[in-house]
Amino acid sequence: MSSQNSLSDQNLSLDETAKNMTSEAKIITRNLDFFYGDFQALKNINTQIDAHTVTALIGPSGCGKSTYLRVLNRMNDLIEGAKVKGEVLIDGQNIYDKKLDINELRKNVGMVFQKPTPFPKSIFENVAYGLRVNGMTENIKERVEKSLQQAALWNEVKDHLKKSALGLSGGQQQRLCIARTIAIQPDIILMDEPTSALDPISASQIEDLIMELKERFTIIIVTHNMQQARRVSDKTAFFYLGDLEEYDETPKIFESPASEKTQNYIRGKFG
Amino acid sequence: MMTRKKIFEKIIEAVIYASGTATTIVVLLIVFFLFREGLGLFRQAPMQKTYTVAVHPQNPVRQLSIDQLKAIFSKKEKNWKTFGGKDQSIETFSSEDIEKHLKGQDLGEAFSKLKGLVTTYAQNKENLVVVMPKKFMPNKFVPIPTEHMSIGAFFGGKEWRPTSEPIHSFGVLPIIAGTLLVCFGALLFAIPTAIIAAIYLVEIANKKVRNIINPFIELLAGIPSVIYGFFGLVVIVPFIQKTFALDMGETALAGSIILGIISLPTIITISEDAIRSVPRELKEASFALGANHLQTIFKVIVPYALSGIVSAAILGVGRTVGETMAVLMVTGNAAQMPSSFLDSVRVITSTVAAELGETAQGGIHYRALFMLACVLFILTFWFNLLAEWIVAKKTQK
Repeated sequence: MSSQNSLSDQNLSLDETAKNMTSEAKIITRNLDFFYGDFQALKNINTQIDAHTVTALIGPSGCGKSTYLRVLNRMNDLIEGAKVKGEVLIDGQNIYDKKLDINELRKNVGMVFQKPTPFPKSIFENVAYGLRVNGMTENIKERVEKSLQQAALWNEVKDHLKKSALGLSGGQQQRLCIARTIAIQPDIILMDEPTSALDPISASQIEDLIMELKERFTIIIVTHNMQQARRVSDKTAFFYLGDLEEYDETPKIFESPASEKTQNYIRGKFG
Repeated sequence: MMTRKKIFEKIIEAVIYASGTATTIVVLLIVFFLFREGLGLFRQAPMQKTYTVAVHPQNPVRQLSIDQLKAIFSKKEKNWKTFGGKDQSIETFSSEDIEKHLKGQDLGEAFSKLKGLVTTYAQNKENLVVVMPKKFMPNKFVPIPTEHMSIGAFFGGKEWRPTSEPIHSFGVLPIIAGTLLVCFGALLFAIPTAIIAAIYLVEIANKKVRNIINPFIELLAGIPSVIYGFFGLVVIVPFIQKTFALDMGETALAGSIILGIISLPTIITISEDAIRSVPRELKEASFALGANHLQTIFKVIVPYALSGIVSAAILGVGRTVGETMAVLMVTGNAAQMPSSFLDSVRVITSTVAAELGETAQGGIHYRALFMLACVLFILTFWFNLLAEWIVAKKTQK
């Protein structure tokens, strides 16, 4: 019971901050509920995410953190029986508004997946893909090169851009996917466990990259790796059984969490 | 108790082993039989088995190739000089000419008097060339060794006249060309249709529609081909005849349409599987980059599923190449080199099906049909192998 109280208190304060600080707020969710058919995967989620920050989403499997992430670029629309209630505002605009162009939204909210998902095309065409489908074909070579540089992949691939992307290593593929995402210049990048399929060295490269990208993008990252959340994020949200159990500055979450569940989870007692 | 159970298990094991081995052996035997009968073609002359060719002893010609014999008996070559003989016109005498040359004469019971009559007739005819069973050959005539059917004449020959006398023509070029033309036409029509249908079923149709359409496609695969042939004969053939103002509507085009329809279920189902196997993450990655559904389908899904789709198409070819009844009914079966889709053509399967019943076992015609069946076997085998190779290569990647 006590945790529920603390949660609603927190929601209140968040709402207030949202009102006070809308200029900085990139993403705001209000009373967000999410259903897969009859199953409620998210329960009354209220969050505010500021521009140019990294937010880590943690929690045990099935807690709703990936669902939350996929609400933000409406990727859940692809799932039959998915239903959203409440409001999701990005730059003040409700992204579930019927008039909204969903492709425009997704262009603005990029996504990197758990497993690297290179297309069966050349390295160059992988990065160019998003540019082409969005009609951003001017200076395409420069844009591809710049994106690859920003993703710290350029030096490794510049001599064989025409080779299939499937020949790259896992870590390179993931950086390619990041390059592909930033090529179309989104504001927000969603990352769904981007390092969980990679070896430690590749993972740390991606982490370094995230720190750099923070300068220009708002990043939200789902992770199972507590150290990673601690290292890369400014704020951390702990989800539990569809509830947003706790959401605060990362050092606070890891050093003195308000909720006992958060503490137990972070200490590895369950999850 | 225990031992009885064990014995029972042993028996079951033995039965499974035996039936498995037997099946394998039967399959191998069939292939072996097919090729043994077929390859025998090239150890025989393209004439009736007991027949020989002979010329008058005074004629210096001692060698004639199959092509030369054909030219002689079709009256294209009329002078012995062409073949290094004397300047004499060529007169022919084959068993077909008995009526002509020995008109009204009593041949005796079971042709017992034939040899005598032929000898009398041929005695002084220096320019005569005779093709006849050995036992009726006129006395003193010199047999000319006949060449075997050559591989070149089989695969390169443009004439399929298995019953022309005395020399048969077994050129399979028009038949293979007809087969390939019909198949090509079928695929031209079936592949795009099937791929669009597969994309629709996997990507666009909702569950309800899919659950209605899929059983129909399965049903399509289960219809006996004679019914397709019947449909083609009654609906498509008259339609083609009217549309193109032809004398007859039995054309390669009709065959292509029917075969295309027959191969649709194969290509649709396999393409469907290929498209369905595109990882969800890949599709989502495309959507996440702001691509719409059509862009995702044509730029990501189809390229990814391409090898599966190609192997579906190849298996579709395999199915069409081997199809018999429907094509037999709608293509008109003229063994001629086709020049367009509006020509009547004959395909391998129809040829074998229609002619095998009329041949003598072990005869040259019989062997030619078996050889044709071998060609079909190799074609379909190759197509299947190619399809599997493409899939295997894909899974390696």
